[in-house]
Amino acid sequence: MTLAITIGVMVAGGVYLMLQRGMVRIVLGLILVGHAVNLLIMSAGGVYRRDLPLLQFGTAPTAADPLPQAFVLTAIVIAFSIAIYMLTLAASGSDDDTEDAS
Amino acid sequence: MNAALLPLFVAVPLVGAGLLTVLRGPLWLRRILLLLPTTVSLLGASGLVWLTRDGAVFAHNVGLWQDGVAIPFVADVLSALMLWTTSLLALVCSAFAIATGDDRRSFFSPLVLVLTAGVSGALLTGDIFNMFVFIEVMLLPSYGLLAMLGAMGRLRAGRIYVTVNLLTSTIFLAGVALVYAAAGTVHMGELAGAAKDDPVVAVGMGVVILALSIKAAVVPVHGWLARTYPAASPAITALFSGLHTKVAIYAIYRLYALVFDGDAKFLWIGVVAFTLTMLIGVMGAVGEGTTRSILVFHMISQIGYILLGVALFTELGLMAGIFYLIHHMIVKASLFLSTGAIEHTYGTGALDRLGGIARREPLLALVFMGAALSLAGLPPFSGFVAKLTLVVAAVDDAQWTAMAVMIAVSLITLMSMLKIWGGVFWGRAPDEDAPAPVEAGSDGAVATATRTTPKIRTALIVPGLILTATTLGIGLGAQVLLDLSAQAAAGLLDTSGYVEAVLGR
Repeated sequence: MTLAITIGVMVAGGVYLMLQRGMVRIVLGLILVGHAVNLLIMSAGGVYRRDLPLLQFGTAPTAADPLPQAFVLTAIVIAFSIAIYMLTLAASGSDDDTEDAS
Repeated sequence: MNAALLPLFVAVPLVGAGLLTVLRGPLWLRRILLLLPTTVSLLGASGLVWLTRDGAVFAHNVGLWQDGVAIPFVADVLSALMLWTTSLLALVCSAFAIATGDDRRSFFSPLVLVLTAGVSGALLTGDIFNMFVFIEVMLLPSYGLLAMLGAMGRLRAGRIYVTVNLLTSTIFLAGVALVYAAAGTVHMGELAGAAKDDPVVAVGMGVVILALSIKAAVVPVHGWLARTYPAASPAITALFSGLHTKVAIYAIYRLYALVFDGDAKFLWIGVVAFTLTMLIGVMGAVGEGTTRSILVFHMISQIGYILLGVALFTELGLMAGIFYLIHHMIVKASLFLSTGAIEHTYGTGALDRLGGIARREPLLALVFMGAALSLAGLPPFSGFVAKLTLVVAAVDDAQWTAMAVMIAVSLITLMSMLKIWGGVFWGRAPDEDAPAPVEAGSDGAVATATRTTPKIRTALIVPGLILTATTLGIGLGAQVLLDLSAQAAAGLLDTSGYVEAVLGR
């Protein structure tokens, strides 16, 4: 329940920021939504099983699912690199406004 | 064939990219290093098409890891055909970029090679999370290429492009998470038919398909494409048009056939959305005034045609859709390259600033005309076979509205191709009409460029010529590709061969 509410609040904040005009706000909004999705992946693996998922500790039914954690790591790296690139794009114009006269 | 060779489609371009990043050799060496991996991919893909032509499926877990943690690579005839076409386009567009001098920019060549590696990976992977990763591998170099080379406003276009694609990838990832939560796996073999049996998986896969539809620029989520592609350099637009949206289309075909098992109860959504895509795309082209923005709107319209094949989900419909996909990638790239050659030489793609090119450049005019007629669907080019098969498939399925829209849109397509033809190739150059034009200062550079009438170099024409000759060849010998498409369609209708190959080790 806590996770669901957290994801909901983060997505709401992220979408609000993305609908603004400034590029930096859009980037921040995307980062928020990205993290919300990372939490969604974590919750997809089931957060109630917390034991070590290693063979020498037995294959208990309470062993955590390692796969979503690997997914999240990959997703974080990708989102991080793109966020940096977007910030560069935001800084390389004269201002960060996405509105253009042309 | 040893299926362990499949990862080479990703590894060879990546090694080439690595070498090109490190080496500071002479230009000819760097050009060979750019063309060599794409040529190897093209040859490899030709071999793969030959080996899979009778429906064989090759599968390999990279590094021989167990199912579930491995990266599975699968190749059936659909993947092989797509690989062949994307490698051909990568090779031809690289050659065009060498001719325009785009490749002199630092990191151009490595970025193109990483892009092709990502495309090959996305076409071969048998796991939806890895598909996300490979699509990102494909997109990251694209961001760089778009912002690095391009016309005015490329930074603005870059902002739109990166924002839309990152948001879409995030939606894709959310879909993957939902599928994993519902089905407990993201392996395409284990997911086969899951969305038909379990509505919860169907919701998750629906989110994935939605994300892919944005990437494929289906109406009503097509706006980003029309505003970003015209800002890139001509070679890059041709490359993107052939690779990006088409990988998303391939994924929609594959996932709907495999995970939804062609579930008939959702097909009407596709028919409505893709019919609208055809219509609105072509209408958008009417109001545009430069060659490339017209072509980009046509691309959206054609995406509707291609995806209609999967929305029909009959054997004939799928076959027509796959044939159309291959035909469209080649023709569209040819059009972008021939108009790109003009844009590169004359410095503009605006219809009202060009004219009389047909008299000056008969070969280029021929290249453009062939591809344009093929796009509109006139014999003897491949577009005729593609459209005819698709219309027959729609009639077979009693989709009368879709059929009527298809024929009407063809006519409008032909009209706007004639608009480009009339504006750019026929008539007189604007400077001949007005011998002493009083140009505003800001337009001075363009006016001078037009008045000196530079000759378009043959190296700029040949890439488009190759592709137009290919579409003519496919049109004349359509049976070969039709048979391959039929085989691919059979593989989508009955996915058991694919599933057995992915899981059977």
